[in-house]
Amino acid sequence: MGIVSPGFTGRQRGGTELPPGQYLTRDFPVLSAGPTPHVLTEHWEFTVTSETGEKYRWDWAALMALPAEEITKDIHCVTRWSKLQTTWKGVSLDTLLADVETGADYAMAHSYGGYTTNVPVDDLLDGQSWIVYEFDGEPLDPEHGGPARLLVPHLYFWKSAKWVRGLVLSDTEDLGFWETAGYHEYGDPWKEQRYAGD
Amino acid sequence: MSETNYLDGNAAAGSLSELFAVDLTAAVARCNGCGHTAVFAESRLYVDAPGMVARCPGCESVLLRVVKTPNDTYLDLRGLTYLRVPSS
Amino acid sequence: MERTAIRRRLTWQVATVTDVRRETGTARTIVLEVPDWPGHLAGQHLDVRLTADDGYRASRSYSIASAWSDSQGSTIELTVEQVPDGEVSPYLVDVLKVGDPLEIRGPVGGWFVWKPEQDGPVQLIGGGSGVVPLRAMLRAHAHTGSTTPFRLLYSVRRPESVIYVSDLKELASSDDVDVRLVYTREAPAGEPRVGRIDADVISKYAFTPQDGATTYVCGPTPFVETVADLLVAAGHDPARVRTERFGPTGGPR
Repeated sequence: MGIVSPGFTGRQRGGTELPPGQYLTRDFPVLSAGPTPHVLTEHWEFTVTSETGEKYRWDWAALMALPAEEITKDIHCVTRWSKLQTTWKGVSLDTLLADVETGADYAMAHSYGGYTTNVPVDDLLDGQSWIVYEFDGEPLDPEHGGPARLLVPHLYFWKSAKWVRGLVLSDTEDLGFWETAGYHEYGDPWKEQRYAGD
Repeated sequence: MSETNYLDGNAAAGSLSELFAVDLTAAVARCNGCGHTAVFAESRLYVDAPGMVARCPGCESVLLRVVKTPNDTYLDLRGLTYLRVPSS
Repeated sequence: MERTAIRRRLTWQVATVTDVRRETGTARTIVLEVPDWPGHLAGQHLDVRLTADDGYRASRSYSIASAWSDSQGSTIELTVEQVPDGEVSPYLVDVLKVGDPLEIRGPVGGWFVWKPEQDGPVQLIGGGSGVVPLRAMLRAHAHTGSTTPFRLLYSVRRPESVIYVSDLKELASSDDVDVRLVYTREAPAGEPRVGRIDADVISKYAFTPQDGATTYVCGPTPFVETVADLLVAAGHDPARVRTERFGPTGGPR
């Protein structure tokens, strides 16, 4: 179908360290499906709701009081850019979920602004995900999800919900904003799980 | 906080023309969230995203989403109470 | 224009570049031959799709710069402004050459259009490359011999940024067309005002709310928001103000 455009190469793609179909970027593209929420840290709150309806809350001071980690990870966006060795600071989900009584298998991340994305609980634990509030040594910009976003770098970056405000745990898997519109329910970049059925 | 990371419904004309025989950008759209009723071309269109998202200029709720996969197009219209398309 | 009424689902088709014209340091007009072009209304646009040899694709939407008439048949023009760090526009401005194929889908869009049979005068307000669809409207006005009063307010950074210089001179020679440039960074000798379009400019040069004009505003999103707000604040009926917001939206999709 279609033609090849003579002399068109597009942005640089490929390279052994990248998942299939990705290209390398040095800048940090801003993807947005809606207006950027501007949430003040004094109003910020993060809530985990267990499958029994129990709520666990952290305000900004409580988040800051938790042990923080420096994280350096590659990130891969489903729109095909990858950015290597990005550095973040935040709190591990292992820490946040440590006192949450749950046997749930699934989590739905909810954001200020209404965005949602589903992630299995197993992918949030064991040092695989964080609530991050610094990028490159600076407070996280609102356009990149500040004051705090979820970081799940081993999955496509739409799973790393910007402006995260909570997790709702559940025994059954629901689908989030992009997952209900044709994107893959899990989203492993190395298996190139971009779309439903991949 | 003024923000300008969106286009408008005019820019969805190509994608929608692949699906529909009439031009929907000139249709009047009613938002299912707040009832705001305006020509679809005046909606806010976010294209720097995994899919195309049109939002209500009144309340910013999602009116329409279009995602193209290699095999299918997903079209989510649930944010619209109606699209009023002029006859003729 | 009968053929534009044919209702059909659109698919991609291959056009051929027959000419290119440099407009400014960063903008170029591309003349395309499109087999079976169904005709278009002034203000409509089309989508351009580029494909690399490994299948990688990128597409963007561009306004059609030319008016359509039977005599021109299958020839259309696009004017593309290069977006800094863009992916598609640098190819269209610097790489694409005469004889090359270009995949397009169009014409599309039925809102931001001017039809010669439409009632009332027309106010065009363009910012930067937002003048492109407005030029198509001016061309359609000239082609059809319309005597509808047209006014163009065209906001540009500096004299070198003006696209369609000779074209605009020619169009402005018509009694029914008034063309006024607003320079935001640097003005030519003899033009004292440097600055953006504001309430003062609108009240001096645009049709008044009592004139019953339809106003078309096109440009980058912040420009369009500002001008539309100024018009409404000046008493213009929002229902008679049509807007089209241009990129650059920058990032990859």
